[in-house]
Amino acid sequence: MDLRMFIWSVLMVTEKDMRIYYYKGSVVIFGLLFPFIMFLTFFIGRNLDLILFFPGFLGMMLFFSASSTGPLITPWEKREKTYERLVSLPVVIESIILGDILSGAVFGFVITTLVWIAGSFLLHLPLANPSVLIAALFLGSLAFAALGTLLSSPATNTPSNIMMFSNLVRLPLIFVSGIFIPLSQLGTWAWTNMFSPLTYLVDLFHTAINGDGVYSPVLDSAVLISVIFIFVVAAKTIQQHNLLSGR
Amino acid sequence: MNAIEAHNLYKSFGQVTAVDDVSITVKKGEIYGFLGQNGAGKTTTIRMLTGVLIPDSGTVRICDMDILKQPLEAKMHMGVIPENGTVYADLTAEQNILWTAKCYRMDRATREKKAREILIRLELDGRKDDLVRTFSKGMRQRISIACAIVHSPPVLFLDEPTTGLDVISRRLVIDTVRHMNREGSTVLITTHNIEEASALCSAISIIHKGKIIATDSPEKLRKLFDTSGFIEISFEQKITGRTLITGGISRAEPLGDKWRVYTDDADRAVKDLAKIAEQNNLKIVSVATSTPTLEQAFIEMTEGA
Repeated sequence: MDLRMFIWSVLMVTEKDMRIYYYKGSVVIFGLLFPFIMFLTFFIGRNLDLILFFPGFLGMMLFFSASSTGPLITPWEKREKTYERLVSLPVVIESIILGDILSGAVFGFVITTLVWIAGSFLLHLPLANPSVLIAALFLGSLAFAALGTLLSSPATNTPSNIMMFSNLVRLPLIFVSGIFIPLSQLGTWAWTNMFSPLTYLVDLFHTAINGDGVYSPVLDSAVLISVIFIFVVAAKTIQQHNLLSGR
Repeated sequence: MNAIEAHNLYKSFGQVTAVDDVSITVKKGEIYGFLGQNGAGKTTTIRMLTGVLIPDSGTVRICDMDILKQPLEAKMHMGVIPENGTVYADLTAEQNILWTAKCYRMDRATREKKAREILIRLELDGRKDDLVRTFSKGMRQRISIACAIVHSPPVLFLDEPTTGLDVISRRLVIDTVRHMNREGSTVLITTHNIEEASALCSAISIIHKGKIIATDSPEKLRKLFDTSGFIEISFEQKITGRTLITGGISRAEPLGDKWRVYTDDADRAVKDLAKIAEQNNLKIVSVATSTPTLEQAFIEMTEGA
């Protein structure tokens, strides 16, 4: 397969997703409003240190924004029957998966970067490790965009079913990933956080902003890279199976 | 070189065999019809030919490129109008065409020029900036066609392109298919509309229960059943079908204000009908003999299979 043709096909899928899905109601609600409201729910009325909490907020913002478009795209296209048209264009299943991931990652990256810039101006946030911040934004957006695409892979043409399913997976993760309670203060529940990929992203943000990460940034990055790989392979396996079974 | 070559395609869904050992060869420049009843396996076959569905076994080559081994290269050579002619409802008519053209790696100037030409040809230039979601079914189908032909594909697949369309849209679709064929595109069209297939195609395959039961030109398929014909006759008076059954007429059925009588010997049947009219004091308003249509050939084949 011609590599340039393949890259072009990925970019075309991304362009289409950006034009169509960034403005969908569920993306705005679950990708933008939901993390803000969630944060305010936990923050308002408590005497909490905002700077200590900001890495967790950034992690949650990136997690929800990057994983919000993926679950919508494939079920929406299957319902509208545009998926069949897309597959008949010069694209392959890998271009569709990577294109969907890229569109989710760009959405998450841009939104979270804007939130970080606003936070830096308003709260005078520290920045202990700029390169770790870039790595966190880059790897986190790809990892959770891949999660979004994986969640949309089961054969269904009902977007609301997948949105419900994706929230069932996403919501528990924010409680065990050191967002509202720093990892160092989780105590006897600390063992639960290691199973959530979000833990490692939040830890990277802690290292980047306050310099108080629990794990080494190399370990955090390695886990996120592994997660990207696992999610992409799983999404490809499921979508390939769908293509074989005609669903 | 053949434009489309499929060998021994097989696809089953659970216990149901949708396509059973289907092989198709479409010569360059041909308009090839794929005719069958609903559920016969037409759409499953076209989905395998276009790379939308992976066959359980068999091979597909488009312009000598294997659709499974060189999917991007093969797809660059084809345009597809899927069943229901779906396009992106949240994009405008022009955005749909331009984005599709970009997928085929056309440069900006060419894709804008082609989009303009096609929008005019399909009588949609006045609505080019409107979202497709505001369009009627016929207009959406025309946008679907515009997307499929924007890169002047060597091979064009159309899956039931005129189903449910109004007369104007239908005419535009048929004219566009003919135009694309004149411009050098090979066309494979699936349909259950026999008249359409007969008028458009130079070769037809009839698929029934997942198997191809006949492949030939429309004329030759019709000739296969040339041993029987029918006569359409109308009388000024009302009659019953029994009145018309004689030695040379095997069956009579009402057809609006006429009767269609089936016979193996048209000359003898006409004489018999004249005799019946005279005996019963019936005044003949009109009489016309006819040879079997492709529709009859199709019914005979699928009922016999």
